[in-house]
Amino acid sequence: MKQTLLSLSNLSKQFDGKTVLDSLDLEILDGEFITLLGPSGCGKTTLLRLMAGFEHPDTGTITLGGEDLTHTPPEKRPLNTVFQNYALFPHMSVFDNVAYGLKMEKRPKEEIRQRVDDALAMVQLGEFARRKPHQLSGGQQQRVAIARAVIKRPKMLLLDEPLSALDFKLRRTMQVELKRLQRELGITFVFVTHDQEEALSMSDRVVVLKDGQVQQLGTPREVYERPANLFTARFVGDTNFFAGRVDVANGDDTITVDVFGLKRTFPKPDFQVAAGQLLHVLLRPEDIRVLAPNDDDGVAGKVVERNYKGSTLDSVIHLDDGTEVLASEFFDEDDPTFDYSLGERVKVSWVDGWEWLLPEENTETELEGAVDA
Amino acid sequence: MRSVMQQPFRTAVLVLVWGWLLFLVLTPNLLVIGASVMTRDPGTFISLPLNLDAYRQLFNPLYLDVFLHSLYMAAMTTLICLLIGYPFAWALSKVPRQRQMLLIFLLIVPFWTNSLVRTYALKLILATNGLLNNALMSVGLIDQPMQMLYTEGAVIIGLVYLLLPFMILPLYAVFDDLREDLLRASHDLGAGRLATFVHIIVPMTLPGVLAGVMLVLLPAMGLFFVPDILGGSRNLLVGNVIKNQFLDARNWPFGAAASIMLTLAMAFLMFAHRLSKRRIGEEGV
Repeated sequence: MKQTLLSLSNLSKQFDGKTVLDSLDLEILDGEFITLLGPSGCGKTTLLRLMAGFEHPDTGTITLGGEDLTHTPPEKRPLNTVFQNYALFPHMSVFDNVAYGLKMEKRPKEEIRQRVDDALAMVQLGEFARRKPHQLSGGQQQRVAIARAVIKRPKMLLLDEPLSALDFKLRRTMQVELKRLQRELGITFVFVTHDQEEALSMSDRVVVLKDGQVQQLGTPREVYERPANLFTARFVGDTNFFAGRVDVANGDDTITVDVFGLKRTFPKPDFQVAAGQLLHVLLRPEDIRVLAPNDDDGVAGKVVERNYKGSTLDSVIHLDDGTEVLASEFFDEDDPTFDYSLGERVKVSWVDGWEWLLPEENTETELEGAVDA
Repeated sequence: MRSVMQQPFRTAVLVLVWGWLLFLVLTPNLLVIGASVMTRDPGTFISLPLNLDAYRQLFNPLYLDVFLHSLYMAAMTTLICLLIGYPFAWALSKVPRQRQMLLIFLLIVPFWTNSLVRTYALKLILATNGLLNNALMSVGLIDQPMQMLYTEGAVIIGLVYLLLPFMILPLYAVFDDLREDLLRASHDLGAGRLATFVHIIVPMTLPGVLAGVMLVLLPAMGLFFVPDILGGSRNLLVGNVIKNQFLDARNWPFGAAASIMLTLAMAFLMFAHRLSKRRIGEEGV
């Protein structure tokens, strides 16, 4: 079983009277790859800075392996940071940049040379040691920043949106490379991003943040398939929200819900339900099934948009009651030419058991801005 | 010829710029170089034959003393400007943006008054019966007026007063460019405040230091009216020597040689500045 490495408890931070972190608790496990995910302004970067020691919390404590770090200056913390814009020292060569941390420890020259060479070899930049940072490409600068941060063998590596300045292809390469490094080094990675896809594909666990509070903490699969609330559901991936009304709370572990006039039976959710209560039925676009207009099952509507995505066909369907439905269907070997024409009448259904129920929330404001990524 | 017809505006601008540089920069400098290698002539100021007497005269112990003393006062001025300007510019880069603009504005306001007038104002403050002496006496710190005017100190105070903004502005520019991230990265990698200052802040602000030195040191050797008003006869600058040679002693070759020496010193500083900028990966000026 993994042990807690870094423990944040009751952390609060305000800037100019604006609350950025709101009594936040979080336990980070030894050796895990954990991602702080959220829209801009959610407090993820502030949280990272508190861990690094660049900012200090108004209240709360930070402990690392049982040792209180709350007021320790950054230079005395056994963790290192990879900065968003790399923050390489422009007046130093690649070698001197990577060697900086060891020089500050006053290590012997020979040891520094050996370890810098190893670190540069690890990020495949051995022959660039003599270059200045501005003579390197963005991806190479990124790798220097990583080598510089891991050379002191920190207990934990903090990465502040390290891939956001790279183009799409390079991002994918660096994502794989970071995962490889994390496995090889066995260091705990705390990764900050606003890109939910990146968060899901790289992390052991994801922390979804909003307004300085943890919305959900779980594995990528839990966060995607069983979002804790509407915010997480909307922020992580595309989601269809269907309004439902509880028809009967059955005696057994199921409830019957009225969705678009269809009576569907679901397993009982882990929140309280009563007959007549409104709730949201969540379905991911890939859970949607588009049926022929004369099918017995489903809700009638028409196709208003179609996007060919190579491996999937994504469509937007306008139901007759006005609800918009996103559907994402894989191409089928039996019917390689399947396609919709705009305005085509269809019926919409979904795979039973793949839906997820969330209670009605009163605070539906602020959700609009959340759907970037 | 075709391009002249096609781009009359472009051609006109280029002719204007090159003409300006040719007639108002290159020609005067060539004339100065020419004058410096000619012979002094009481009637026509300069005459043939060509020789290097003027340059030899630069090494005359009498003038060498003046030059070294001038260099000393200019160096003190530069050092004091640097010691005041460096922390000043650093602090300036830390205050909120809007206040920053106000402070820079206040820094520039004195330029709206002629520097000669401001030097006379300084004279009134430093004089035996001046503001400063009277103030010090009225609070009982001194019993009788101090001799401040017509001292080396008065010249240096005057030069610092006039030249300080030229030190602060380039330093402010480099501090403003200094990214907080770099300092954070340095701390993150285990460097304390002092180590971060030595290894990151100083090298990153060096181009600003050299630019400031360039803008202070050379004018500090040339602002002849400051010693004229504040310094008395013993605290001369190279600028006074040059002015005297042209206006009083009528020794144009020597005056020209002395001013070429200043130009060469400037060229040397510009070269050093360029090197320092290249080190931090910026284009040289």
